[in-house]
Amino acid sequence: MSYNIIVLAKQVPDTKNITGDAMKPDGTVNRIALPTIFNPEDLNALEEALKIKDEYGAKITVLTMGPPSAAEVLRQSLFRGADDVILLSDRKFAAADTLATSYVLSLAIKKIGKFDLIIGGRQAIDGDTAQVGPQTAEKLKVNQATCVNDIVELTNDSITVNRNTDHGSETIKTKLPILLTITAEANTPRPPSVKKTLTYKNALSLIEKNDYDEEYLKSNKKPFVIKNWDHKDINAKTERCGLTGSPTQVKKIENIVLETGNFKNIENSASGIKNLISELMSEHIIG
Amino acid sequence: MNEVLVYIELQNEKIADVSLELLGKAQDLAKKTSAKCGAILIGNNIKNHHEILFQYGADTIYSTEDLSLKNYAPLPYTKTVCEIVEKSKPQIVLYGATVNGRDLAPRIASKLKVGLTADCTELQIGDYQKKKKGEIKNYKNILYQIRPAFGGNIIATIVSPDHRPQMATVRPGVMKVKKNDKTNSGKVVNIKTDIPQELLITEIIKTIKIEKNVDLNASSIIVAGGMGVGSKENFKLIHKLAKTLGGIVGASRAAVDANFINADHQIGQTGTTVQPKLYIAVGISGQIQHIAGMSNSNRIIAINTDKDAPIFQIANYGIVGDFNDVIPKLIKTFKTLKK
Ligand SMILES: Cc1cc2nc3c(=O)[nH]c(=O)nc-3n(C[C@H](O)[C@H](O)[C@H](O)COP(=O)(O)OP(=O)(O)OC[C@H]3O[C@@H](n4cnc5c(N)ncnc54)[C@H](O)[C@@H]3O)c2cc1C
Ligand SMILES: Nc1ncnc2c1ncn2[C@@H]1O[C@H](COP(=O)(O)O)[C@@H](O)[C@H]1O
Repeated sequence: MSYNIIVLAKQVPDTKNITGDAMKPDGTVNRIALPTIFNPEDLNALEEALKIKDEYGAKITVLTMGPPSAAEVLRQSLFRGADDVILLSDRKFAAADTLATSYVLSLAIKKIGKFDLIIGGRQAIDGDTAQVGPQTAEKLKVNQATCVNDIVELTNDSITVNRNTDHGSETIKTKLPILLTITAEANTPRPPSVKKTLTYKNALSLIEKNDYDEEYLKSNKKPFVIKNWDHKDINAKTERCGLTGSPTQVKKIENIVLETGNFKNIENSASGIKNLISELMSEHIIG
Repeated sequence: MNEVLVYIELQNEKIADVSLELLGKAQDLAKKTSAKCGAILIGNNIKNHHEILFQYGADTIYSTEDLSLKNYAPLPYTKTVCEIVEKSKPQIVLYGATVNGRDLAPRIASKLKVGLTADCTELQIGDYQKKKKGEIKNYKNILYQIRPAFGGNIIATIVSPDHRPQMATVRPGVMKVKKNDKTNSGKVVNIKTDIPQELLITEIIKTIKIEKNVDLNASSIIVAGGMGVGSKENFKLIHKLAKTLGGIVGASRAAVDANFINADHQIGQTGTTVQPKLYIAVGISGQIQHIAGMSNSNRIIAINTDKDAPIFQIANYGIVGDFNDVIPKLIKTFKTLKK
C-alpha cells in the first residue's frame, strides 16, 4: 500500500555554531547574526518518510510554520523528494510557544485530511523542548511514539518501532495512524538530488514574492508556487495563535554570569598543595 | 492555596530518582506559597510506594491503580493524569525531564491548554508584572521556570501567569532530595479511572536495559578530565587520582569526542548533571555547556595551564599548572597526610 505521510519541519537558528557577534552585550540573542538551517532531526524525520516512500510508495507532505523565509526548508524538502509542501505563515502565528504552534499544525493537518503517519524531529535545536510533536498528536487524538531510532516494521494498519528510553530502549507495536518523533540515530539524511534541485530551485511561496525583484520573477518561467496558508485557511481562532495563544511568556533572558565563589588561588608547590589537601580533609570532603 | 504536585514516574517498578528530587523542590515551592505538596502516583500494584513518597515530602498522594496502567503508554496515562489534575486543581505540576516524562507532560499540557516549560534547571516563586496595551497586571507567587536556551548560551526565565496548573519538566540530578524520616504516612486520595479499550493500543514487545558502566551520581567526589588531558593514555592519571580519593571519573564532551573516554562519563548540558561534594576539573576550559552540569558542586578545584580559563571563575580552588605535574603531587600529598 501507499502511505500518506506528513512531515513536520522547522527552520531554526544554528545554535550549535554560535559565534561572538551572535550574542548581544546584554546577553540576548542577535537572531540576525545567526544563520538559519533545517532543524537537524527534522531532516532525519524527512529521511524516514523518504525511506518509506522508496520501499512502499508514499505521498509526503511537508509542513512548516514560520516566517516567509521558512519556505527554504520546504524547497530543501522538495530537493530531496517531498511531493507537496505547505508554508503556514501569518503575522498572527508569530511568537508562538509550543502550545500555539501545535494548535496551528494540528488544524493544518486536519485540513490536509488523510494521513497514516505524522513524522517530526525529536526536538528543535532553538528551544530543545521536544513538546510540539506530542502536543500536536494530542490535539489530533492520535497515538505517538517519541524518540524513535528505528522503524522496525510497517504493515497496512500497524507499526513497530524501537525507541530510546532512559535505561536503554524498547520496541513497541501499535496501530496507524500515529505521530512519531525521530532521533538523529535513526538514519543519515540523504543529500538533495541534483535533478530535483534543478526542477524546484525556483519554487516560491506567494508571500516570498515580495522579497524578489521583478526581474527575478519574470526571469523564471513558471515558479512552482509553494502553498501558503494563513489563519483563515485553516479556520484558526486568532486568540489561540501566536503570542496571544501562548500561555508561556519569557520573563527574562540572561547572559550566563559565572558566579565567583570564594576563590582561592592555590600555589602549585608542595606547601600550596599540602594546605589544600589538609583543608579538604579537615572538612571531611576527602579522606 | 492550591497544591504543588509531582508526577511520580515509575521505572522498572521503582520510583525514578528525579521524582524524589522533585518532591524536595515541591516542598520548598509549596512552603513559599503556603500550600501543601502532593504526589500523583498511577500504575498497577503501587501501594508499596506510598511510604517512600510520604518520607520524601508528599502530604497527599493522588493515586489511580488499574491493571491497564501497568506500563507507561501515552494515551491511558494522559487521560488518567488529566483526570487527577482536573479533580485536585493544583497550582503547579512538575514532571521529571526523562524520556517518558517528556512524552507525557506535553500531551497533558495540550489537553488542558496550559503552558509547559521543558527541561528546567531551576524553579523559584516570585512576582510578575505584565504590561499589555498600556495596562499593567500584577501577579503574586508565580512559578519562575528557569532553563538554558539557545544551545545553552543563555538562561531564560519563563512564566505562565494566566493558566493553571503551571507545569514544567525538570532535569534529573539538579534538585536536592529531602528525606524526612519522621513522617511515613499521610493522606491517600484514590481516584478511579475508566480506560476505554481504544486507548490501549501500545504494546511493548521488548525492552532492552543497557547498564551504564558508570553512575556519576554514586560518589561524592568526581575527578573530570577535559581536552587538556591530551590522550587516552594520559587519562590514566585522572583514573589514578579518582581511585586514590575514592571518586569517579567524569569528562567534558571534548574529551569524549576525542575518544579519551566513553560517553557515559560526560558531564554537562548534554551529559549528566552532577553535584558532588568535590569536583576536580582537570584540563577543562569551563564552557557554559560543561558548567551547566557541574556548577552546583559543593567545592570545585580547577587545574589548568591557562590562568584565564573560565573554569577559574566558578572554582573555589584554582591551581595554575600542568596536570602532569600537579596530579602526582596531589596523590602523594594525600597519601602522606592520610597515614
Ligand atoms: C549544544 C551543545 C551542547 C554541549 N554539551 C556539552 C556537555 O554536555 N558537556 C561538555 O563538557 N561540553 C558540551 N559542549 C561542548 C562545550 O561547548 C565545549 O566545547 C567543551 O566543554 C570543551 O571541553 P574542554 O574544556 O575539555 O576542552 P577545551 O575547551 O579545549 O579546553 C581544554 C583546556 O585544557 C587546558 N589545558 C591544556 N593543556 C593542559 C595541561 N597540560 N594541564 C592542564 N590544563 C591544560 C587548556 O588551557 C584549556 O582550558 C556542548 C556544546 C554545544 C554546542
Ligand atoms: N514551527 C514548526 N513548524 C513545523 N514543525 C515544527 C515547528 N515547531 C516544531 N515542529 C516539529 O516539532 C518537533 C519538536 O519541536 P520542539 O518542540 O520545538 O522541540 C520539531 O523537530 C519539528 O518536527
